Amino acid sequence: MSEHVPILLVLLPLVAAPICVLLRRNAAAWVWAFLISWIVFGLSVALLARVLDEGVIDYALGGWDPPWGIAYRLDPLNAFVLVIVAANAAVVLLFAPESLRHEIPREKRYLVVCVFLLYLTGLLGITITGDVFNVFVFLEIAALSSYVLVSMGPTRRALSAAYRYLIMGTIGSTFILIGIGLMYMMTGTLNMADLAERLVPVAHTRTVIAAFAFLTVGVSIKMALWPLHTWLPNAYTYAPSMVSAFIASTSTKVSFYLLLRVIFTIFGTDFAFDTLHLNALLLPVSLMATVLASTTAIFQQDVKRLLAYSSVAQIGYMVAGLCLATETGLTGSIVHMFNHAFIKGGLFLVMGCLFFQLNSVKLEDLRGAGRTMPLTMAAFVIGGLNLIGVPLTAGFISKWYLVLAAVEQGYWWVVVVMLLSSLLAVVYVWRVVEVAYFHPPPEGIKTLSREAPRSMLIPAWMMIGATLVFGVMAWIPVGIARQAAQSLLGGGP
Amino acid sequence: MNALGLYSYWIVIVLMMTGFYTVITRGNLIKKLIGLNIFQVSVFMLYISMGKVAGGTAPIYEEGIEIYSNPFPHVLILTAIVVGVATTALGLALTVRIQEAYSTVEEDAIHRLDNEE
Repeated sequence: MSEHVPILLVLLPLVAAPICVLLRRNAAAWVWAFLISWIVFGLSVALLARVLDEGVIDYALGGWDPPWGIAYRLDPLNAFVLVIVAANAAVVLLFAPESLRHEIPREKRYLVVCVFLLYLTGLLGITITGDVFNVFVFLEIAALSSYVLVSMGPTRRALSAAYRYLIMGTIGSTFILIGIGLMYMMTGTLNMADLAERLVPVAHTRTVIAAFAFLTVGVSIKMALWPLHTWLPNAYTYAPSMVSAFIASTSTKVSFYLLLRVIFTIFGTDFAFDTLHLNALLLPVSLMATVLASTTAIFQQDVKRLLAYSSVAQIGYMVAGLCLATETGLTGSIVHMFNHAFIKGGLFLVMGCLFFQLNSVKLEDLRGAGRTMPLTMAAFVIGGLNLIGVPLTAGFISKWYLVLAAVEQGYWWVVVVMLLSSLLAVVYVWRVVEVAYFHPPPEGIKTLSREAPRSMLIPAWMMIGATLVFGVMAWIPVGIARQAAQSLLGGGP
Repeated sequence: MNALGLYSYWIVIVLMMTGFYTVITRGNLIKKLIGLNIFQVSVFMLYISMGKVAGGTAPIYEEGIEIYSNPFPHVLILTAIVVGVATTALGLALTVRIQEAYSTVEEDAIHRLDNEE
């Protein structure tokens, strides 16, 4: 039984999703999805423990040996990403019921839960598989369900945001499909480990270079790497609260994982960095992302949109670490992927709490929220300190490693830009804090404590609490990330 | 010579760019989806022509058939076609909802209405 855990992880949410529709009762569907998500979380933690203990796990689907069948391959990196995704799904579902009741019409709630599970399936599938075409299939499962989830937002702007996301997302995944096709053309295989070997003798051909370009651009769209991020702010801003939290914490992370796979596992650093000098392109772009997106965030009136731009900036950090292509740099990137998932997930859950009580997350409507909703806003402040990278928070750890990696390479200007972007983060976080704590609340609700229900507050604090825990006990994520970085740089998956 | 021998790839490239250009330049949401479809179809053709072996027949296992096309890319693209259908369906459904909510499917009109809010 235990050898089938890799496939169970993907099958469980996939099979559970239609059952949600059959249940037709909102409460029943939620309890069901909630159970499944926690089981998936448990399984993913067990898998991670096994990978760290015993090394790479290979699983051949249906007993067909690779490269004929689809292979699942778990190394420290994707086992770690699986835990990130599953943990966020479990916590967000805990948050969901009150939030759904507030934002989604009664007859659609169980359907949202169903699509949520499909989205989870897609993300887990992308992460676990060792077959590039399988990646595309799961990518589309995740993408299609995320368009649906975004379109469920409470205002009509959610619809146009979802449409835009659909157009951009489809272009991105079609690019990935072209890249996969070109690779298959040259090598006759779709298995990642096989591709890594067979691409080497044909690496100089224009077809392979084109394949690499299509894959990189496609994944960058999915990852919302500046300047391909234009779908992201609206999608995050107008989606329902729980959806924003889950998409913000996982979708870009999984795409970043995919970029790591493409560059380090399939093509290899020799090809990507030494022959094609991809880092010379991506490093300036990612640093532009950190500065420009943070600057844009400062001028936002909608706090969800502010956080969305901050996400674009954080993706810049991750890609910058990737470009350094050293063990420290990759460790920093992977730890940041982990930390940022919880930071942004937590912050968007806080937004959900605020929206539940105030029906708006516009800056002017948050006046005095520090007094009327002290616990909620305290969570926001801690999340904000994480974004800035204040010591004792998880955000500090990842930035520390990224800066360290830049110093190792002697890239002082990278360090300067990263610090500059952190200062910009101080400004945008401060804007919210100032309004919430130093402006009087609007007339009429001065004394009332108006905290969101506990079922929403607790999940938000779980995420924010995790950032504090992993800020102090940093050796856990850093240790795993270091192993993952070593396995990436060690060649082969 | 070779440039004409690979004419199927030229068709792919022309279709791909036509579709891509339509997606980028058209403001009408339906036309954008049509462009997206053309874009995707070009990739289907890329995969299908990839599997063709010169002089090969259909991949049926029978006496006397020695050269046959590679069926594998064709099977792969079947999946991608299904995905394309799903994407188009979802895109059209969203367009219907946008039409109901905004009473228009023109992108600039939607932007204008959004900015007025």
